[in-house]
Amino acid sequence: MLVLVLCAACGDGARVRIGSKKFTESVILAEAGTALVREAGLEVEHRRELGGTTILWNALVAGDIDAYPEYTGTIAAELLADAHLDADDDVAMRKALADRGIVMSSPLGFSDTYALGMREDEAARLGITRISQLRAHPELAYALSHEFLERKEGWPTLRERYGLDATPAGMDHELAYRGLVAGSAQVTDLYSTDAEIAVGHLRVLVDDLHHFPDYRAVWLWRADLAPAAAAQLERFAGRISVAEMIRANARARIDGEPEAAVAADLVARVLGVRVAAVSASRADRILTHTGEHLGMVAISMLLATLVAIPLGILAARRRRTGAVILALVGVIQTVPSLALLVFMIPLLGIGWVPAVVALFLYSLLPIVRNTAQGLTGIAPSLRESAEALGLTAWARLWRIELPLATPAIIAGMKTAAVINVGTATLGALIGAGGYGQSIMAGIRLSDRATILEGAVPAAVLALAVQGVFSLAERWLVPRGLRPARGARARVPAVDGAA
Amino acid sequence: MIELRGVARRYGEEVALEPTDLAIARGQTTVLIGPSGCGKSTLLRTIIGLVAPDTGEVIFDGVRVDAASVRAVRRRTGYVIQDGGLFPHLSAADNVALMARHLGWDAPRRQARLDELAALVRLPRELLGRPPGALSGGQRQRVSLMRALMLDPEALLLDEPLGALDPMVRIELQDDLRAIFATLGKTVVMVTHDLAEAAFFADRVVLMRAGAIVQAGAVADLERAPADEFVTRFLRAQRRGFGGAA
Repeated sequence: MLVLVLCAACGDGARVRIGSKKFTESVILAEAGTALVREAGLEVEHRRELGGTTILWNALVAGDIDAYPEYTGTIAAELLADAHLDADDDVAMRKALADRGIVMSSPLGFSDTYALGMREDEAARLGITRISQLRAHPELAYALSHEFLERKEGWPTLRERYGLDATPAGMDHELAYRGLVAGSAQVTDLYSTDAEIAVGHLRVLVDDLHHFPDYRAVWLWRADLAPAAAAQLERFAGRISVAEMIRANARARIDGEPEAAVAADLVARVLGVRVAAVSASRADRILTHTGEHLGMVAISMLLATLVAIPLGILAARRRRTGAVILALVGVIQTVPSLALLVFMIPLLGIGWVPAVVALFLYSLLPIVRNTAQGLTGIAPSLRESAEALGLTAWARLWRIELPLATPAIIAGMKTAAVINVGTATLGALIGAGGYGQSIMAGIRLSDRATILEGAVPAAVLALAVQGVFSLAERWLVPRGLRPARGARARVPAVDGAA
Repeated sequence: MIELRGVARRYGEEVALEPTDLAIARGQTTVLIGPSGCGKSTLLRTIIGLVAPDTGEVIFDGVRVDAASVRAVRRRTGYVIQDGGLFPHLSAADNVALMARHLGWDAPRRQARLDELAALVRLPRELLGRPPGALSGGQRQRVSLMRALMLDPEALLLDEPLGALDPMVRIELQDDLRAIFATLGKTVVMVTHDLAEAAFFADRVVLMRAGAIVQAGAVADLERAPADEFVTRFLRAQRRGFGGAA
C-alpha cells in the first residue's frame, strides 16, 4: 500500500495537470487551456471531470492538479467563505488565495452566474418573469442540482431571501433539465451560459432582489506552476465573451461535437491560434478505460482478499473480537461511496490510489463475513475429529478448516468483485478513470452512445468476473464439497465390503 | 494403560461427570454403557483432552494428559465417532493418510500402510479414491477405523461407532470389528448404549448413570451380583428391548 502511495506521489513533476469539474463548460475551458499550454511546447494533461468544486479545490491545494477554471462568486462564497470576501473585490481575493499558495488569473471575459429557470411555455402560462413571483406559486416542483442545494449562496440563502416555500428534489444538473422538459419539475437552477437557454427552451428568471453574486470566469493555478504555462493561460484574459461561451456550450451539448474540437475552435476564434484537437477514438477510449477499470478492481480485490481472509479467521476464532471486526467493516459498507471517495482526497489526493483504497474497503465485508461464517459453520464433529487426530491448530486451519470454508470464501469474493466492478465506475469522479468516465460524460452530454460506451463494457466485465469466479469454484472447491451433480453422489453406494 | 483419578466435569449447573476413578487395563476391550446423558461420552473424551476435566487428572501410559502432552497422546490413540467424522473435502485415502502426510511419511510408506489397513478392515481398495459422500455408512466407518489405525496407536477410542448403521450392516461390522480387535490386541475403549453390543465386545463393562460409575465388571458379574436396583432394571430393560444378550 505504502509503495503505491509513494509511486502516485512521485509521478512526473514536469507535466502540467489541468483539471475540470464535471460540467461541460468547465471541460471545454480546461480542454482549451490544455491545448494552449501544449501549443507552447509543454507537457500537459487534462484530468477531466473530477467532480464538484470541493474535489477540484482540494486537489489544487494538495498539488494533484496545477490549474483549473473557476468562478469569482464560487471563490468568494465557497472556497474562501471564512474570509467573508466580496466577489467583486479582486485585490482581497488574490491576497487570500496567495496565502494558500494559489494564483487567480485575470477574468476570462464572461460571467456564468447562477439563475433560476423555467420552461418557456410554462413560465409564459403562469406569467412568471422574476424569482420573487415564485412565492405566489408554492405548487411548483423544484429540481435543483446537488451543488446548488449545498452552496451557501445557493438554495439555503436564496430561499430565505425570497421567502420561497418549496421542498426541492436534488439531482444532477444535466438531469434536472430533462426533468423540466419531461414536466416532472417546473423550476431548476441554471448557469447563465447554459446552452439550453440559447436554444430558447428555457426562461431565465430575473434575480430581482440581487441575491446571486457575480461569477466571472478565471483560472486558478498553483503558485509553483511553470511560468510559461501560466503565461499561456493568462492569454485568455478578457477574450471569451458570454456569446462565445454559450456558443461553445451549445456546440458540445446540443450538437454533440467532441469537446476537444469545440475547445480548439474556441481558441481559434478568440485568440486566432490554431491548436490541434486531441481526441481519442472510441476504441482507444474503451481500451484505456478497460485498463483503468480492471486495474482498480484487480488490485483492490487482491488487497481485500489478503486482508479479509485473516480478519475472517480471527473473527471466527475470537467471538468478541469478531463482533467488533464485523461491525467495523459493516459500518464502512454503509458509508455512501461518493462520500467515502471525497473523504479520501485530503488523505490520498485524487486519482488511482484513493479509488483503489475505497474499493478495497468496500470489498472487505463480504469476504470477512463469508470467511467467518464458513469457518464457524463447520460441523462440531469434524472439528473434533481434526483435534482428535493430534493436528496442530495451524495444521487444522490449513488442512481442514480453510478447505471446508472454501465454497463460502469464494462466494464472498465473488460478491465483493461484482460490487467492486459496479462501484469502480465512481472512480471517474476522482480522476481514476475507468468506465465511469464515459458514463459521466454521456450523462453530461445527453449522449446515449457515450453512456453505453461505459455501461456496456462495465456490464460485460461484471459478467466476466462472475464467470472467472465460477471457474475458480470449479478449480478450488474440493470435489467432495461440490453440490452433487449426478445420481452417483446422491444415492449412497452399495456396501462394498458385503 | 489409562487411568482416571477423580475426574469431574460440569457444564454450568449441569453435572456431566461426578468425580470419577477408573483404570483401564492394557490390551483389554472396555465398554462404557448406560442411558443417554449418563456421561459415558464425556468420560471417553476426557482421555484425549477433547473435554478438559474441571478437577482430577487423566494418566495415559504413565503420562499426565495436559496442554503440553495432549497432542502426543492423541497421536498414540485412534478415535472413531458415530458418523465417522470423515472430512468431506478429502478422498477416503487422504482422510486416512492425513496425519501420516503431516508427519512427513513418504508416498510409498503411506501407500503400503493404506493397502495393509484396507485389507485389515476389508474395504475394496478402489473405494479409497472416493470422497466420503460417495461411500455408504458402513464403508465410511471402515475408512474411519483405517484413519484411527493409520499411525498404529496403542489405544482405540470408539464413540457409538455402529450407532448410525442399519441392523444388517451393523452385525457384519460387529463381527469384523471384534476380529480386528482380537488380531491387533490393542487397548480398546468403546461407548455404546446397547447391552447386546457391549456383551459382544467387552472384556469389562462399565455401567454409568447420571455422571457416575454404578458398577464395573464382566456382563455376567453384573447379572449375578447387581450393585443396586438400577443395574437390575437396566439389564432387564435391555433384554426386553433387544431380545437377549450374550
